[in-house]
Amino acid sequence: MSDAVAPYTPPADGPPPSFIVELSAFSGPLDLLLALIREEQVDIYDIPIARIAQQFVARIRTLGLNEAAEYLEMAARLLRIKAQLLLPRNEEEQWDDPRAELVRRLLEYQQMREIVDVLEKRGEERRNQFSRAWLPSQPVPPQAPLALSLSELLASVDRILRVTRQPGVHDVVARALDVPGAITIIRAVLELRERLRLTDLLNNGSEPWQVLSTVLGLLEMAKLGELRVNQPKPFADVEISRDTASEAA
Amino acid sequence: MTPLAKLLEAALFASARPVPTEELRGLDPESSPAAIQAALEELREHYDVDGHGVELIEIGGGWQILTRAEYTEAIERAQLASRPHRLSAAALESLAIIAYRQPIGRLEVEEIRGVNVGSVLKSLHERGLIDVVGRAEGLGRPLLYGTTPLFLEHFGLRHLEELPRADELAVALRVQSPAVVAEQAPMDEPVAAVAASSGNG
Repeated sequence: MSDAVAPYTPPADGPPPSFIVELSAFSGPLDLLLALIREEQVDIYDIPIARIAQQFVARIRTLGLNEAAEYLEMAARLLRIKAQLLLPRNEEEQWDDPRAELVRRLLEYQQMREIVDVLEKRGEERRNQFSRAWLPSQPVPPQAPLALSLSELLASVDRILRVTRQPGVHDVVARALDVPGAITIIRAVLELRERLRLTDLLNNGSEPWQVLSTVLGLLEMAKLGELRVNQPKPFADVEISRDTASEAA
Repeated sequence: MTPLAKLLEAALFASARPVPTEELRGLDPESSPAAIQAALEELREHYDVDGHGVELIEIGGGWQILTRAEYTEAIERAQLASRPHRLSAAALESLAIIAYRQPIGRLEVEEIRGVNVGSVLKSLHERGLIDVVGRAEGLGRPLLYGTTPLFLEHFGLRHLEELPRADELAVALRVQSPAVVAEQAPMDEPVAAVAASSGNG
């Protein structure tokens, strides 16, 4: 096997290689392999693996390793087939040619290349004809400009307003809050007691509007500096005290 | 020309893409499909017989007015329009496989080509020549690709059936002994064709 991976040197007695191959000219390892098979004029169904593998490895040596990964994989495959061919075979057992899978792939690839030839020919013919200006990024035709006068627009609005039924409107009347009343009560209580709790001002029977009025009244008075409001921790009872500092002032 | 043929001519002129026959029918609902067909033939003959610089072509599942090939060079020299770029050999190979095996996943394309095709498929997708047509059932539910109407347009095909059937393709390299092959100095047909294309690619 060492002969296969040895650097490629043209045989001294044979003719020099008939063509020098640029690897970038090949679209893949199968392409290169097919070229070698043609060049060597061998039967695809009976590929001399040792010879082709040696040629193959020689060709990919000119490439950097990363670029050649796919070619290296093919080289390894060729060497494995070569090794399998070297194994002694039992005449009685049915022998599967290790090259069969490679031949199948080569034929498949070759068939695809024929399609490529057809596509290339057709594509070249089509390239020689122009269509109307090509607008690939505009598949949807632009919308026509809106042709509408102001009076038409107003007439449409009027028509729609007349046609559509008046929607059933349910008026929600807000219960008037009595903030001044609440402030009067709080002041009266603070006259009697220096400090108190919010729950002292309200009871379980208080209506929402009463609660809201009281809270707003407290905030208003706090703003005016008549009292201080303190809540030690969330949801705790609110403590209310006369603002003695401002009273003194 | 008949009024219908003139109407079709105007519509085809206005459209940047090939217009399918069914869409042409929408121009005049009273005309029968046969009448549309006859009008298209009339328009084609009108361009051919009277000697116009354009011709009517059936392409990409529809009809399109195209300039005649003999004026391409002059038009391009005057920089009025430019021809699209040729596709690379790698792109053509991948397209050929997808056209024949669609719907097909990336791995199967790679198996046939023997190389990685991820970036090639991406650029073909960006150019609108292939599209995702579904997902396979297998592990990871890989994307399946197929060709688009733009693919047909790009290669001047009326429909996919216009490509040679798989069984019509010459069977690969000939099954002959090396000696016989060696006698025929210039290799002909498929082998020569491939040699030429791989040289270009």
